[in-house]
Order: sequence, then C-alpha cells, then structure tokens
Amino acid sequence: MNFDLTEERQMLQDTLRRYLRDKYTTSVRNDILNSDEGMSTEIWAELAELGVLGALFTEDQGGFGGAGFDIAVVFEELGRAGVVEPVLDSALMGGRLLAAVGKTDMVEEVIAGTLQLAVAHSEPGGRYDLDHVLTRAEGDVLTGRKAVVMNAESADHMIVSARDGETIALYLVARDAPGVDVQGYPLLAGGRAAEVTLDKAPGIPLGLGLEDYERVNALALVAISAEALGAMESATALTKDYLMTRKQFGRPIGTFQALAHRMSDVLIEMEQVRSAVINAAGNLEASDCDLHLSATKNLIGRAGRLVAEEAIQMHGGIAMTQEYELAHIAKRIIMADHRFGDTDYHLERFIALSAA
Amino acid sequence: MDLSYTPEELAFQDELRAFLRDELPAEISEKVRQGRELDKADMERWHAILNARGWLAQNWPKAFGGAEWSAVQRHIYDVEAAAAGAPRIVPFGLSMLGPVLQKFGSKAQQDHWLPRILDGSDWWCQGYSEPGAGSDLASLKTRAVRDGDHYVVNGQKTWTTLGQHANMIFCLVRTNPDAKQQEGISFLLIDMNSPGVEARPIILLDGSPEVNEVWFTDVRVPAENLVGEENKGWTYAKYLLTHERTGLGGIGASQAALAAVKRVARAETHNGKPLMQNPHFAARVAQVEIDMRAMATSNLRIVSQAAAGGAPGLEASMLKVKGSVIRQEINDLARRAVGPYAMPFASEAVEGANDLIPDPLGAGPVAAQYFNNRKLSIFGGSNEIQRGIIAKVTMGGGA
Repeated sequence: MNFDLTEERQMLQDTLRRYLRDKYTTSVRNDILNSDEGMSTEIWAELAELGVLGALFTEDQGGFGGAGFDIAVVFEELGRAGVVEPVLDSALMGGRLLAAVGKTDMVEEVIAGTLQLAVAHSEPGGRYDLDHVLTRAEGDVLTGRKAVVMNAESADHMIVSARDGETIALYLVARDAPGVDVQGYPLLAGGRAAEVTLDKAPGIPLGLGLEDYERVNALALVAISAEALGAMESATALTKDYLMTRKQFGRPIGTFQALAHRMSDVLIEMEQVRSAVINAAGNLEASDCDLHLSATKNLIGRAGRLVAEEAIQMHGGIAMTQEYELAHIAKRIIMADHRFGDTDYHLERFIALSAA
Repeated sequence: MDLSYTPEELAFQDELRAFLRDELPAEISEKVRQGRELDKADMERWHAILNARGWLAQNWPKAFGGAEWSAVQRHIYDVEAAAAGAPRIVPFGLSMLGPVLQKFGSKAQQDHWLPRILDGSDWWCQGYSEPGAGSDLASLKTRAVRDGDHYVVNGQKTWTTLGQHANMIFCLVRTNPDAKQQEGISFLLIDMNSPGVEARPIILLDGSPEVNEVWFTDVRVPAENLVGEENKGWTYAKYLLTHERTGLGGIGASQAALAAVKRVARAETHNGKPLMQNPHFAARVAQVEIDMRAMATSNLRIVSQAAAGGAPGLEASMLKVKGSVIRQEINDLARRAVGPYAMPFASEAVEGANDLIPDPLGAGPVAAQYFNNRKLSIFGGSNEIQRGIIAKVTMGGGA
C-alpha cells in the first residue's frame, strides 16, 4: 500500500492548485457566475493548456492519465476553487464516450479545448434512474426530451441516448441540427444547463449502449465526489480561519467549546470523505466497482450536508451573503448531491449490490 | 387536559377559513405557493385586509387596537393562514416594536406610533446587529450623543431585513460609552429619510436582496424618539427579542411546507413508483412529521402558559431552536424531492426569472429556499445563543 500521489499527479495537483488560486479568485469567479455564458472561454483554454483536460484521458486515447486517481486529483482542485466550467460534462463524460469508440480526432480537439460537448441522457420524470429513456430512435432520427442537460448551449455536439426498439443506444447530434431545441437557464451553483427537445433530429449512431454510458457514469461519480471533497476542504478551511479570527464576547469564537467541538466533528468527517474518494478512485477497475462508488457517493452526500451547513452556521450571517466565498462553495457541495444519484439513491444501490 | 378545540375555537376556525377564502387575494396566495417574491404593495395590501377586520395586531391588547387573541386562536390563525397561502405578517412593527412601546413607551409615543403601525403609515425595520456585534449584541458601537433636544447618531447597522421598504428604524445605540456594556445602551426611533441615513442592499446566497446595511452619519434624531429611559435600552431589547422568538416556532409555515413536499413526492417517480412510496424518502418525511406534531403541542402549551401578554423566556429559546431545525429539515426534503430539478437557479428574489426555469413538479424554488432558510438558525439570536440562554437559565443561576 502507498497513499502518496505519483510524481506526475503531484505536479498536476500543484500546478492546477497554484493556477486556480492565482487566477480563479472569488471576484473573477463571481463575474463568470453573472455572465450570460456562465463560463469563461479564456479559463477553458488555459485549463487545456495546463494539461488538465488531457489528464482525463489515457495515453491510448491521446491523453496522459485517465485513471481514477488522475480524475480525482483534477476534480479535487476544481472543487476547491469552485470552478463552474463544464470539465466534468464536456471533457470527461463527453470526451470519454467518444474515446470509447475511437473518435480520435474529436478527442484530440476536446483535449486541446477547442471542442465542447454535452451529454443528454436524463429525462424528465427519470430522476436518477439510468435506464429511464423514453426518447425514440427511428432509423437515425431522434424524438424525445432531455432534462437538465449541462453545457447544452455551448456544446458543438451532444451525445444523446435513445431507444431503438428496446435497446438504449447513444447518438452524436450536432447542437445546431434541425429538430434540436435548446432552452437554456442558469444553475444555482453556477454554469448553465438546458431542457433539450428533439423532434426528428438527425443523429449518428456511435455504436455505444447503456453499459458504455454506465462506465462513463462511474468516472463521473469519482469526479463529482472528488469535486465535493475539494469544495468541502475549502469550506472547512474558511470556517477554521473564521473561528480563529472572528471575535465576540472579547475572544475568538473558536475558543468556545460548543463551536470547537463541532469544528472537530467536521474535521473528523473530512478524513472520512477523503478516504471515501480514495476508495472510489482506487476501485474503478475492480469487479465490485459500483458498490464502492455507491458507498462513496452516499457518504459524500451525508458529510457534504453536515460540512456545508455547519460551515454556514458557524460563520453566521456573513456566510449568507452572495459575495463571500463560502456561499458559492456551499452551493457546489449541496448541489453535488443532485448529480448522478443522491444520498438515498446510492444507499439503495449499495443495499441492492450488497445483497447480490 | 383536553386536546380538542372548544366550540368557540371551532367557530373561530370556521370564521377564519371563510375570511381567508373570501378576502385573501388569489394573486397573492398564488405567489406565496409558487415561492415568488412578494413586493411591498402585496404585503401592505394583505396587512390592510387584516386590519380592516381587526385581525392585524393579533397579540396586541384591545386597548391598543389589537385582536388580543388567545394562544389557541393565534395557533389556529398560524396554521390556517399558512395552509391558505397567506403571506406572513411583517413582524417588525407588529410583533417587535409594538409590544415594546406598549410596555415601555410614553403615552404620546403610543398614541402616535401604534395607530401608524396598524394603518400602514410606517414600515419599520430593526437596527440591532452591527458588523462587529452579532451574537455579542451588547458590544454594539453605534453612538448617539445628546445635543440639545436631539441625539446625533453615528455608526452602522447590518442585516436589516426588508429595510429597503422601511421609512422607520428602531435602533439600539450607545449613549454611555463608559458604563458596563449593557448599561450604556438606549432604544431610539429613527426616521430613515433623515439626512445622513444611507441603506444599501446585501445580496444573499440565493440572490435575494432581503437584507440591508444601514449607515448613520451625523443623523439628528428628536429626543422625544427615545423609548423609555436613556441607558435602559438593553432591557427593552431583550423584551423585544423574547417576543420575536416566540413567533419563530413557525408551525403553520412548516406544516404548509411539509404538505408541499408530500404533494411533490407523490408526483415524482423513482423506479416507476411515486417517490412518496419509496421507503427511504417516506421515512425522512415521517420523521419530520412526528417531530412537528410534538412541536405543535409544545408551541401551544408554552404560549398558553405565558398568560396575559407576557412572553416566555427560556421556552421561547427552545421553540426557536426546535422550530428552525424542523423547518430546515423540511427545506432539505423539498430539495431532495425534486431530484435533478433542484439544480436550475430559480429564486423568489428575481421577478419573472422563474418563468424560464423548468419546474415540471411545480415545486417552486426549493433549492434557493433551502439555502435562504439557513438564516433561521442564525437570526433572532443564533441557535448557539439560544442554547447558551437555556443552559444559563437551567444550570447557571438565571439569565
């Protein structure tokens, strides 16, 4: 056993952390949040340049990483800084789906930061269920509706799931293709998504099915868990600093035992969260991978709520204000529970998989 | 012991239901149900409707134009009004300043200010917290210096809820900097339109501009606006806070919010079945409901004991803590219930913004409300301060 990062991953972490600390400040990020696009193309290009997008792909795919721990390192740092650019949906999910069928040219563009993707799988009424697909494919023509599609407005292409008979298959659909309607809106925790309606929209079959989607969903679970870990570390650091500097009743509020013990509980949970992310990232190739992923996502959901709520409560009013860093970070933590299955969804899945 | 309503209380409930059915404007209740922002005119309109019926100042004695309702009547109103989608009564004049003026104000102050609260001439806001004085309220620094028949006020207040609508602010100010902290504070009524008063909105994490910062620069306040005695303001402030907290159990609002969660969870599906039939979700809902039922009885029990206009101290703190925790748990359930549709940014703060947001379950801006209601355990004396009061009263020899 060895819990140290490899030299390459350590370098990636250091570089990305330094870049985001210097560049992705609260005010820069808040400007991005308030922008119509909901993301910065400049930041995107720089992330590509730093190799952050390439780290999400294996060497065979044209990248220089692609394993669970590469994904975890990248997303922990993105989470720490509260990054809202669509690295998870566009580069990781979209890119890895295309990589799975050898679309090398497109993957190259993803890594270079010149191609934006969206993954349109979930549908209204489907909640987090992966097999809830009502969109129909007749020949290569798709009709249906997709819910909360991240990055749909900025995407050049969307990867859309649809049923061809009983089988779920994935199709590549140009965002500006006829029959594609994209109704965009901002998200509470930053970035943008859209409701996508397909009315006889032309799609190119990718030769991928639900199993391939589930594989990429597993990568996404590692990513969102690591992102939540990074965000929780930020929340914890901000709270610790605040407890040591904010004075009431003539002394730092962190010297009141009632608060000190609660901060200690948060720190104990943080160790659990870090280990849970390691369990997920390190077991991506294991035969019982799904069990590990559900365990992690359930724990992250529970700990995330504790950390976000305690961070706000121990700060008091200041944490309720938009311009304070913690407000955005807390939203990222809580909203992570609404992606790829929430606490209860993964508790159920863990129970089902344990019984199997 | 008898847990059932008396015939008189049942008749009151019927009367109230009929009133809400006939008098509560549909466009206002619609906004409340959908979690949309109420503007100043909406709130003033509802106050005027209640006032016309004599039901606006529910806890005031009849002598001051109040309804002088019993605890049970207030509870019935709380539940029925929330279920009907009535806006909450804005508390600053009615529940906070009113009781203080009635107990500590001069006859002239009572005659002047109380009718103006009832008829909506004045909109009050609360000038308590300062950037450096939150939980430690008594460390406040806003200074008032007597100059002839005026006080000259300098300083800054913060977290003034709905201050953007207010024309008047009641403030705690320091009149004696040399006395022990609590002994140098006075309670002053200040016209927001006076030269030197400046209010700026603070945008909260859900995008809403509901609180403000207020600056005072050489603001001249007539000495007749001092409530009670100079340097005795802390006593009045504590009296007001106890009244504020008594209303914070918020049973009616919690019941209405839980009913909304159940409605959404019956419409939402998971694995082809209504979410409300999912054992994990159903257990979460049941747990909150069980707590809420007990809390409703605690609320009635405690408020009933506080006879004849008096306000309970220790128990008010207990109700505040439990009530806020229950409400926040319901907000958490509401965001869970809608699944991925919690993510779109819908906010009651931005008029019209919700129209663009997909809300297939008609749940309203539940995630924004989840974040906004984190305030419940922070304001009105944080839950930590309440626990301190409870501990001090029960174990530390009186507060």
